[in-house]
Amino acid sequence: MTSVLMDQGPVEVTAGPGSENELWLSGSETEAVSGWSLKPQGLCKGDICMPVPADNAEDYVKGQMINLAAFWKRMDKPMAHSKDGSVWAFGEGATERASTLETLDAPDFSLPDLDGNLHSLSDYRGKKVFLATWASW
Amino acid sequence: MWQAIYDDFQDKDFVVIAVAMDNDVAAARPWIEEAGPTYPVLIDRYHQLADLYNMVNVPQAVWIDEAGLIVRPTENAGAFEGFRALDFETMTVPDNVANTIKTSKETYVAAIRDWAQNGADSAHVFSPRDAQARLQVPDSNIALAHVLFRLGLHLRQTGNKTESDALLARASELHPGSWSIWRQAAETMDNGLAAGPAFWQRVNELGEEHYYQPVDMAGMPTDKPPKP
Repeated sequence: MTSVLMDQGPVEVTAGPGSENELWLSGSETEAVSGWSLKPQGLCKGDICMPVPADNAEDYVKGQMINLAAFWKRMDKPMAHSKDGSVWAFGEGATERASTLETLDAPDFSLPDLDGNLHSLSDYRGKKVFLATWASW
Repeated sequence: MWQAIYDDFQDKDFVVIAVAMDNDVAAARPWIEEAGPTYPVLIDRYHQLADLYNMVNVPQAVWIDEAGLIVRPTENAGAFEGFRALDFETMTVPDNVANTIKTSKETYVAAIRDWAQNGADSAHVFSPRDAQARLQVPDSNIALAHVLFRLGLHLRQTGNKTESDALLARASELHPGSWSIWRQAAETMDNGLAAGPAFWQRVNELGEEHYYQPVDMAGMPTDKPPKP
């Protein structure tokens, strides 16, 4: 059983445990866990596409399967996995985080309250939002 | 903590969203239930907000206007690091330090009220250029630290302590300025606070550096960190 850690916890995927730089996912799984999807231009999110490298395309895409780990490494985004390859975490790169912040558009998020109801920042558009953190520790 | 402001301004297109950076929901629950706030209190088990907004401690805050634009980027939410002057025998801080803690919080609360009332006309709202100039953005070590931290927290829950400890330690090494990462990862004490000897040692090693960065706001104390 292999899982990918999303913002609120693990999501199971059908892939076998990945090894260094290899985690093969279906197109729908790739999109679900990363927001990126395979198009004729390459692996894309919004207007941004990472072309499949022509000289070693089979390291990235085989039939319907996508090696998300290889794409992530090529895009120089942070990732990590457990030693046995059964749990993976994919992060956003510092450059993307920084350029998003520099637009001053507050990054959206969805988080649960104690009852499990999800609240998104965008639900509160039209209001001034005082967003404050705290912790029990 | 923010309830009185919310009570007074919730009808003026103002909302408080409080986010608990707590991996263990059960640890946050009693605090929320006891305070019983009427504004949303959300649980951020994997510190997603710290990754998105480059946060490093609690309490921190971001002011976001009606259009979803940041008008005050991530900042200390009015806390003064008076605890650094704590006398362990009496468990008190000197009066002048206690006063600074009070002034700092009151100044910050007054500023939030001014913004809730006056919106873009508030003197505490930064122009886009000023807000951008005050942004602290993450570097690649910080971005990687968040990923290792998330994986480490998850592996701790699934019982893989050895691997988890190594990941959490590495995350803290990559992002030494983050007290959230360090404290969430720290062995918690009986009282649930990551405030044991290792915490105090790490605080003392700050020397003249701040635990809570002073808020860039008129009337806010700019004192050096108090000494024990």
